[in-house]
Amino acid sequence: MIKFFLMVNKQGQTRLSKYYEHVDINKRTLLETEVIKSCLSRSNDQCSFIEYKDFKLIYRQYAALFIVVGVNDTENEMAIYEFIHNFVEVLDEYFSRVSELDIMFNLDKVHIILDEMVLNGCIVETNRARILAPLLILDKMSES
Amino acid sequence: MLSRKGRRWGADACVVGFSGGGVGAEFGDPLRERMVVPSLKLQDLIEEIRGAKTQAQEREVIQKECAHIRASFRDGDPVHRHRQLAKLLYVHMLGYPAHFGQMECLKLIASSRFTDKRVGYLGAMLLLDERHDAHLLITNSIKNDLSQGIQPVQGLALCTLSTMGSAEMCRDLAPEVEKLLLQPSPYVRKKAILTAVHMIRKVPELSSVFLPPCAQLLHERHHGILLGTITLITELCERSPAALRHFRKVVPQLVQILRTLVTTGYSTEHSISGVSDPFLQVQILRLLRILGRNHEDSSETMNDLLAQVATNTDTSRNAGNAVLFETVLTIMDIRSAAGLRVLAVNILGRFLLNSDRNIRYVALTSLLRLVQSDHSAVQRHRPTVVECLRETDASLSRRALELSLALVNSSNVRAMMQELQAFLESCPPDLRADCASGILLAAERFAPTKRWHIDTILHVLTTAGTHVQDDAVANLTQLIGGAQELHAYSVRRLYNALAENISQQPLVQVAAWCIGEYGDLLLAGNCEEIEPLQVDEEEVLALLEKVLQSHMSLPATRGYALTALMKLSTRLCGDNNRIRQVVSIYGSCLDVELQQRAVEYDTLFRKYDHMRAAILEKMPLVERDGPQADEEAKESKEAAQLSEAAPVPTEPQASQLLDLLDLLDGTSGDVQHPPPLDPSPGGALVHLLDLPCAPPSPAPIPDLKVFEREGVQLNLSFIRPPENPALLLITVTATNFSEGDVTHFICQAAVPKSLQLQLQAPSGNTVPARGGLPITQLFRILNPNKAPLRLKLRLTYNHFHQSVQEIFEVNNLPVESWQ
Repeated sequence: MIKFFLMVNKQGQTRLSKYYEHVDINKRTLLETEVIKSCLSRSNDQCSFIEYKDFKLIYRQYAALFIVVGVNDTENEMAIYEFIHNFVEVLDEYFSRVSELDIMFNLDKVHIILDEMVLNGCIVETNRARILAPLLILDKMSES
Repeated sequence: MLSRKGRRWGADACVVGFSGGGVGAEFGDPLRERMVVPSLKLQDLIEEIRGAKTQAQEREVIQKECAHIRASFRDGDPVHRHRQLAKLLYVHMLGYPAHFGQMECLKLIASSRFTDKRVGYLGAMLLLDERHDAHLLITNSIKNDLSQGIQPVQGLALCTLSTMGSAEMCRDLAPEVEKLLLQPSPYVRKKAILTAVHMIRKVPELSSVFLPPCAQLLHERHHGILLGTITLITELCERSPAALRHFRKVVPQLVQILRTLVTTGYSTEHSISGVSDPFLQVQILRLLRILGRNHEDSSETMNDLLAQVATNTDTSRNAGNAVLFETVLTIMDIRSAAGLRVLAVNILGRFLLNSDRNIRYVALTSLLRLVQSDHSAVQRHRPTVVECLRETDASLSRRALELSLALVNSSNVRAMMQELQAFLESCPPDLRADCASGILLAAERFAPTKRWHIDTILHVLTTAGTHVQDDAVANLTQLIGGAQELHAYSVRRLYNALAENISQQPLVQVAAWCIGEYGDLLLAGNCEEIEPLQVDEEEVLALLEKVLQSHMSLPATRGYALTALMKLSTRLCGDNNRIRQVVSIYGSCLDVELQQRAVEYDTLFRKYDHMRAAILEKMPLVERDGPQADEEAKESKEAAQLSEAAPVPTEPQASQLLDLLDLLDGTSGDVQHPPPLDPSPGGALVHLLDLPCAPPSPAPIPDLKVFEREGVQLNLSFIRPPENPALLLITVTATNFSEGDVTHFICQAAVPKSLQLQLQAPSGNTVPARGGLPITQLFRILNPNKAPLRLKLRLTYNHFHQSVQEIFEVNNLPVESWQ
């Protein structure tokens, strides 16, 4: 089960955070700083899986943005690694060559996409077209 | 793919949507003015926050904005409420408090506009949770939305429900969700299924509601639904064994689905780098694992499919490797055919050689799980595992360390120890403690020779001394004490180590103890195993004094050093002035323990010099059960405490289980009193500070010969320690005066019910012919009620190529042994 999904940039600013298990708000910032610290201290040729308290962290770096997913013991780390890439590909298709600024300024849309893909910590949909369908309809409706 | 584009400029930061009445402001109407407060769009707020140069500035901006938002909520402006809430959520993500937005979420959810609902539900997910009472208020809104029939709205509601639904909410809304499971539209169904998963987690009784639809859902072709269904079945099976049995029936169906996935060609819809829907494959494999565990039939059905998946998956990309990894895990967990297990181990071996570190990490983790059950298969990959020890990556080296320690066995112990010791020197500090204790444990189990064992422990102490556990010192002293032939060697090596470095406390303690005990061997100068070293008495004393005075030494270490100095007063042949000086200086030390020792030793010099040699002679071998590290502390402590409770032994000696009579066997494991040390120095010290009187030694009980056959004799000798009248120690000695060897000698005993017997391990099980080294074994009998002692003995051994078994009772035990 996915416990949390974070997008944090290299300076430690959180760009997206979704928690699937309740964490106190003041503990959240602490968690995010510690997580990004452990991810930043690793070099390129080290593996992308870290053990942190009772989670496993799986992270991928895209330019200056780190996407970190915390899972519990039963998940397959490599599948989650693939899932992160899948998510970024979906964002790429929607925003056409997505960048960190796109994510910042369209946070609600990114949340919608994430909600289409992950429900309560379980992966529900991975097909790009199906994920983006409701969002495209929404956009069309708001334009007209 | 992600690139830093140039800064995007939205509208100018402070001039955006007026909520109407812009003209009114010019007339200075206070009421209209309040309504005209500019309300920023979310994008502009983000711009402003980014423009803040310092943390304090950012806080200021946010606080100002929050004040606006609060005011707007108070005024109840419905048009821009969603925008305000969106800003609030952004601020919440940055870590600022946002609880005042909770009621607004409710209002937004209840509105009929989709944008409002969207932000409202998002806010509910982020801001509300079970601990706040407000969350129950959404139940009604969700119920309405779910039954309305507009798919996106239903989707939103389900999403929120599955994230923050509490137990009461789940119970109330279960019927709605169940209805949605069977709707024709896949968009809603897949979400409904996963909401069901959440509900079952919160309210396990609902499993009975959601179990029946599963079978039907499995027939769907839509991948989203399948994914959800498999997750739901997995959750149900994990919760209840009855569900597990029920779902074993669907194993063939699952196998079919997976087979179709694997064999269908390239389908653009779901394939990721050439593997069709790896996420679904991984979920199915996980479910198969749960269903096939400990169940022969299901495992058989799966065997072919697993082999097919394992061989056909394309491993050049990560997706394929993910599926392969899950397959390997499944193969290991179910009752798979032997060939399949070998295939799995080989796949893991291939992963280990892969250059991608992620894959290696995953392989090491799985091998660790395998090592208990398929030890020999994993041994084949030992060289690669040892390679991984040298990785710079912390996660990898930690896994490699655990696996290497699990792989040590008696045949490869020397090579592995070398590798592990090299690793210890270079490993990061947090792994040191684990590595050190692992090495020590492995050395204890597999040491080929005592000297090697001592060398290993010495090396660990010098490299990672501060990280070893406390009983390492005790173990080492006991080991050295037991290896008589190595006394000279050990004391030399320890002396050299100590001379170089006195900061590692465990090492210093052991070295001080050794030098004290075997100082004469140190000075004798000749030892064939290391190069001869001429050590001067003065140097030894100087070193011990240095330890005493160093600020790095712990109080316990100082105690060791002081006692060692004292012992040296009898071992060395020079005069004792220097030692006497040190001892008298420490008589006024601030540390109470040291002061006490120093005063007692001083008294020993002055008033009881004639007894000094006897008291300070070499210690006898301490039994494993007995008190360990503080031997000297006990000997020099106050009188009446000689028999105080010793530190609990780490493991009692192997006591042999018997059931000849109904008796309490000796695995009680409790040590009421330490086995008596050499009684005479103890006895003398008991009365040291009173006038010395004759030590009360127990009247010796005569030995008893209980068995004789063809030259093999069994003798019993009795000791009753004075401080524990209920305890009786019997030493059984087996001697052989015949012409043939006695082998596989086992002696077992039984006593009446009211007594407790504990057998300790015999010194061996072979007695060579013609008066060779006899076997001794110690029996401890507790007889608190002073019941008459009877003993039934059973001997089995091989003699003159025949196996002999004798059972007999010993009745003529001397009265003093139990009265």
